Amino acid sequence: MAEHATHVPGLAHHFVSMEQQKEAGTIGMWIFLLTELMFFGGLFLAYAIFRYKYPDGFLQGSHLLSVPLGGLNTFILILSSLTMALGVYYSQMGDRKKLVAFLTMTLLLGLAFLVVKFFEYKEKFDHHLFPAIGFWNPAADHPPEQYHQHVRVFLWIYFAMTGLHALHMIVGAGILITLIYLARKGTFTKEYNSPVEISGLYWHFVDIVWIFLFPLLYLTGFHVSGGH
Amino acid sequence: MATEVMETTSTRNYLNNGHTVKSWLLTLDHKRIGLLYLFSISIFFAIGGVYASLIRLELITPEGDLMTAETYNKVFTMHGVMMIFFFLIPSIPAVMGNFLLPIMLGAKDVAFPKLNLLSWYIFILGGSLMLITMINGGIDTGWTFYPPYSSIYSNTQVTLAGVSIFITGFSSILTGLNFMVTIHTMRAPGLTWFRLPLFVWAHYATSLIQILGTPVVAITVLALALERTFQIGIFDPKLGGDPVLFQHMFWFYSHPAVYIMILPSMGVISELIANMTRKRIFGYHFVAFSSLAIAVFGFLVWGHHMFTSSQSMYAGMVFSLITYAVAIPSAIKIFNWTATIYKGSVSYDTPMIYALAFIGLFTVGGMTGLFLAALGLDVHLHDTYFVVAHFHYVMVGGAIIGYLGGIHFWWPKMTGRMYPEVWGRISAAIIFLGFNLTFFPQFVVGYLGMPRRYHAYAPEFQVLHILSSAGASILAVGFIMPVFYFAWSVKFGKKAGNNPWMASGLEWQTSSPPPTENFTYQPVVTHEPYEFEHVEEIKNAGKLENKTA
Repeated sequence: MAEHATHVPGLAHHFVSMEQQKEAGTIGMWIFLLTELMFFGGLFLAYAIFRYKYPDGFLQGSHLLSVPLGGLNTFILILSSLTMALGVYYSQMGDRKKLVAFLTMTLLLGLAFLVVKFFEYKEKFDHHLFPAIGFWNPAADHPPEQYHQHVRVFLWIYFAMTGLHALHMIVGAGILITLIYLARKGTFTKEYNSPVEISGLYWHFVDIVWIFLFPLLYLTGFHVSGGH
Repeated sequence: MATEVMETTSTRNYLNNGHTVKSWLLTLDHKRIGLLYLFSISIFFAIGGVYASLIRLELITPEGDLMTAETYNKVFTMHGVMMIFFFLIPSIPAVMGNFLLPIMLGAKDVAFPKLNLLSWYIFILGGSLMLITMINGGIDTGWTFYPPYSSIYSNTQVTLAGVSIFITGFSSILTGLNFMVTIHTMRAPGLTWFRLPLFVWAHYATSLIQILGTPVVAITVLALALERTFQIGIFDPKLGGDPVLFQHMFWFYSHPAVYIMILPSMGVISELIANMTRKRIFGYHFVAFSSLAIAVFGFLVWGHHMFTSSQSMYAGMVFSLITYAVAIPSAIKIFNWTATIYKGSVSYDTPMIYALAFIGLFTVGGMTGLFLAALGLDVHLHDTYFVVAHFHYVMVGGAIIGYLGGIHFWWPKMTGRMYPEVWGRISAAIIFLGFNLTFFPQFVVGYLGMPRRYHAYAPEFQVLHILSSAGASILAVGFIMPVFYFAWSVKFGKKAGNNPWMASGLEWQTSSPPPTENFTYQPVVTHEPYEFEHVEEIKNAGKLENKTA
């Protein structure tokens, strides 16, 4: 295999073999995800510090979020992880039809998530609960006035974390569109399918971030309210 | 016929493989990308140097007569930002790492050549934004961007500068990612982990920091830019934010970033000392693992920047202790290098002069770091010129000395020509003298109580400041000289041949300058690095090859 390396379709010139190329791609993606973890990690740290400082503000802020919509999105993303995993499986089986079908399903689920997110954001803008200057103008009882500043801190964390997550979803959708295009063209075979697998890693990572965001942001009330 | 074939193979190299601007700007060749970085960071170094000269000019007199306090704030900030983010962090990894790492591994390129080129473009984009910031009046927050000053009170271009740092960070991440994957997956047959040159080990440790640290500073400066733009409470206490949170997040990257600057330099020094003394490096495994130890410990010491920032006393004690611990792997390196030199066949060519300078200057820089790691003493020394002198001994005396030593050592490989040895030695000596004259007085003036970042000072400090400024002008001469003799040598330098130093290492087995694909054959590694008895064989093999040609 290594001898005729240059003639293998999909093999870049500087790699010796397909295995080496696949290994490099996979390790590369894992390292990239590590950087993503540290990137989100900064915001998780901010969350921890401010939740410790302003427990009431976080409780009030969390009550402003819709648990049903957040729950729906959690369900959508878990489902999309399943379809993505099946896509990876069928790419390894060399089943082009099923690969395209499952990638498309994943894409649609991802877009559904973004639509739900859009309506959640819109509701916040309509109530003047977007924390930036010029937008922020909450009604006195929604949230209670004594918590205004602390709820504002919670809400910027909410917007920063879910916004960054949504940005990753949009990038993921772009990746899926590319993959679907390539899969339809028949680029992926039993031998050459590492782009699908590597993109799958990314997609699962973005899902896992949401799995942490949902309880931290939406379900805070269930915990803290017990003590009040 | 046969000679003609040999002719073409020996003259075809990465430099003459395409002469158009496009062939450089769209190159995927790691060697060309290394040179692109070399040119760009040299420009940023020059800009940072101009700011340094302005600082030293202002400090000749105790009165703030050359510029206002506000201007001075901008000048030292821009000096720090340019030197740290746009010169020191990319310096050795992006130039020598890019050029040498794949060759040292016996690979054709880094794992992701397109990402490698992208990293340069990201760097240029970030650098351009910083130049725009500079032209629009610069920033006055200090390179540390501490809020709440940077978040609301500064009227300068902090947001734009933050975006610039954010973007530039990704170029560093991509370089680290590329190196790590390349080292893991693209080693030549027979090149096991413990046959890797120590340069590679150092770059592996550096990549680890770039990968784990840089995203944190990216999110930090992004948060700072968001806070300024939207006036939300992240770091500003008036809006419910926490200024100490910024310091934690900033130093979580920016302390390890110091090791991004010094570790590659240590890798270079290991190569220089082994090759210039013609001895197997003493304690190879210890030197290799001490790089990793520095990278790991480096992530656990950030709190020593915050001994006076309302940090809990107990946290301070732990951070102090771990900071002491970092001295151990650093000392392991110094002692092993010294042991390598002992009874070696030492040549005093320019690279070795730099290596010896490194050992001395880094030891001073490292030891004074221990003063600052001591909780009680730091209260006295915090934010004084003692700190300034300490980190310049590490950054200039360590990182830049290693960078220059490495450039001299690998210049024949990069260009195929020798630099003029006499001028190399003279400039190395001038840099060593100028450097010490610049920064040693700052230890004294800092210990006597002169705070950093002031443009006016008590008259009794003037003598020391004049010494320092005089040293800076000597240092400047030493830095400018190589620019001229390197440029001269590209055209007029002596032809270097494949291995002018008789050095070990795969990079010396290929031609100088190397062909685009690095090797015309698949290199196979059969022995450990720095085994100089094998170099003779290689040399003879090369001679035989030439004779048949």
